Amino acid sequence: MQKINSTMLIEKAAQLLENGTADRVLGWKKGEFDYDITPAVFNSVDQIKKEFVFGDFCGANLSKYLVKETRKGDGKVAVFLKPCDTYSFNQLLTEKRFDREKVYAVGISCEGMADIFKVKQIAGDGIVSVSSDGENVKVETLYDGEKTIKLSDVIAERCINCKSRKCVAYDELMGEEGEIIDSDRFDMVSKIESMSEDERFGFWQNELSKCIRCNACRNVCPACTCEKCVFDNPDSCAQNKAPADSFEEKMFHIIRAFHVAGRCTDCGECSRVCPQNIPLHLLNRKFIKDIDTFYGEYQAGAQVGSRAPLVDYTEGDIEPGEAVMKGESENA
Amino acid sequence: MQINGEFKPLIVAFCCNWCSYAGADLAGNNRLAYPENVKIIKVPCSCRVNPMFILRAFQRGADGVIICGCHPGDCHYTSGNYYTRRRMSLLFSMLNFLGIEKERTRVEWVSAAEGAKFAATMNEFTEAVAALGENKRLEDLRCKR
Amino acid sequence: MRKCSLQNLETVFEKISESMTLYIPADTKDGADFTKWTKGVQMSQALNTNRSAKDFFFPQTEDLVEFKTEGKNIEVIDTRKESEDFAVFGVRACDVKSFDILDRVFLTEPYDSYYATRREHGVIFSLACTRPAETCFCGTFGINPAEPGADVSMWKTDSEMFFEANTEKGKEILKKLESVTQSADASDVDGQKKKTGEIMKKLPLSDLSAEKFGKGMTSKYFDSPKWRELSATCIGCGTCTFVCPTCQCYDIKDFNSGKGVIRYRCWDSCMYSDFTKMAHGNSRNSQTERFRQRFMHKLVYYPDNNDGMFSCVGCGRCLNKCPISMNIVKVMKTLGGEDNE
Repeated sequence: MQKINSTMLIEKAAQLLENGTADRVLGWKKGEFDYDITPAVFNSVDQIKKEFVFGDFCGANLSKYLVKETRKGDGKVAVFLKPCDTYSFNQLLTEKRFDREKVYAVGISCEGMADIFKVKQIAGDGIVSVSSDGENVKVETLYDGEKTIKLSDVIAERCINCKSRKCVAYDELMGEEGEIIDSDRFDMVSKIESMSEDERFGFWQNELSKCIRCNACRNVCPACTCEKCVFDNPDSCAQNKAPADSFEEKMFHIIRAFHVAGRCTDCGECSRVCPQNIPLHLLNRKFIKDIDTFYGEYQAGAQVGSRAPLVDYTEGDIEPGEAVMKGESENA
Repeated sequence: MQINGEFKPLIVAFCCNWCSYAGADLAGNNRLAYPENVKIIKVPCSCRVNPMFILRAFQRGADGVIICGCHPGDCHYTSGNYYTRRRMSLLFSMLNFLGIEKERTRVEWVSAAEGAKFAATMNEFTEAVAALGENKRLEDLRCKR
Repeated sequence: MRKCSLQNLETVFEKISESMTLYIPADTKDGADFTKWTKGVQMSQALNTNRSAKDFFFPQTEDLVEFKTEGKNIEVIDTRKESEDFAVFGVRACDVKSFDILDRVFLTEPYDSYYATRREHGVIFSLACTRPAETCFCGTFGINPAEPGADVSMWKTDSEMFFEANTEKGKEILKKLESVTQSADASDVDGQKKKTGEIMKKLPLSDLSAEKFGKGMTSKYFDSPKWRELSATCIGCGTCTFVCPTCQCYDIKDFNSGKGVIRYRCWDSCMYSDFTKMAHGNSRNSQTERFRQRFMHKLVYYPDNNDGMFSCVGCGRCLNKCPISMNIVKVMKTLGGEDNE
């Protein structure tokens, strides 16, 4: 099966506009360089032909934009969704955050996205161009000329631990449907669980103290779609714009992760966007792992309409005291 | 919390209106002693307790936080405490994951008839928290100056 | 001009830290950041730090005043502390320029004494760039990365570090460093300056021009339909603002600690929905308006009030960090390109 490329998507996007399936398209737009790609709404075929792009740096999950985009007017929005984005799409539908009728979803197969920071770490600064053939990445730099590095060395962390290459929601599919993967995504969580209490505290204190409270993790999160976040509401008594005395940032991240517990599809956008490289996805994964252990395996967004574990219960649920012990020792 | 140079843990106990608060009352009526540093906050149901309440309590100087509600199956609102149970299982497991001492948090089901259990729970919990010392890991220095 | 060999740089650090706290860019697992120097901390080779040097003068949070009540009495406590002397080593030309921009905001009336005390007590050692990145565009704003300025300018070659004092403060500290440095000739770094100049011409953003922006351009760009398109996918986070060396907006808030009230200020971002919220509500209700505010401020409003000086220094941090890779370069190209269409 041929890997999905720019040309294929440009053709598809143009076609969807031309045949009236949709009147605007959510996709990715070329940047100044080869890697700084911006999500964008395309309104014309011209614009699509000129600016639409798809490649190894199109990591941005477009599903959350549907909440805002579907509220604008009556027409349909076409959207391109990678497998992990389709889970967010389903979860948003489950929470009735947008009108399915107004969306035309194109699922696209994906073999993992590259992380430009990893590329820069290997190739150095001054990247003039970067392109890949699906196996190798060719990087041209200002100072060291051309370098070839393996794509597998610069794949984003979340893609290395990809949970599923299966598109679970679409009107139309490009490429293969893909399969759910038996990933090692909980390895790091287990590793932290097996640390001593002091080590765990040290690890998180170090990571969370880097937080600058830019709210990028929250704003990008497809599960964070409250109209007004409690942290932005001056009347909530919780509004705090800055990290302070190491408490506020802990509060923010615990509450952020807790609020999406059972609804987080593990798309990894929070960690991708963090300007301080805090591994925020580990907090979400801890909740997912605990939910799996305590209440049985549950994948948010796998189906539309499934009941999230935190709005559900059984009479025989584990007691909190036992749960804490189990959450610590259940290192498979 | 330091009182006259001696450490006395400050315990915040969220008690549901229907069972646990009545349980605390019963403990009082029966002259059962439990530490005076246990501060009870009455809530309509244990599931009223938002994770933020717990973090706030720690921020404002609590050394331990305990949530008391009706026994599972006995909730005045039928199912409130079932939700509490799930939420607190996950939240406390997360706090433990972050390296915050697991002994500082607890959920206990106390019925209106269990005055003795209430007093015993508070005694035991206070002792466990006292052994840990002051809450340093979820403190806010601004609240201590 | 003075110099020292790179092997002896540590003795310079030691000498400086005898009389003041020294911060140098040091590597962490996530890139370089200014770190307090203690013996053994190595200077990073990275082009620039993740967070900008504005933190030293305008920290993310600072307490302004504290109130304590007892009965009917309110005690007002001034929490201001006279800053201690400190030195920041290895600040790049872009960040050095950002201090000028911040000074014009904080050191004109109403004078900000919190900022001023830090400014007075800080000594800046700037460092010339030799390997600017593709995201650098300081040249657009007339900054020469080979002549970084500030109190002491530094140039690093393969084996030596050169120092040139630019201010009284700089001369004073170089005098203190005489025992650990040797005298040098200004021409020793000419070659490097020239080389940097050559590289600057080759940078992908070297052709970016700010000519179309500046004073008096409000009416030209304010109603441009391009803002909607540019801001369409902005997620409204504060990343660009917080990594920016020149963003200077802040909020003043009260924190009730239960024992009193601490009034503090913290960075705020014009990208936030509650930015400058007043009794009547918000002045900018859509993300497009908020987005426009940020870029108009950098490119038009600030120059309007400051003799045409832009409040962007081309450090490229927002290019690297924006979650959706939308940034001032794209804005300038899109808006500036309108005429040509």
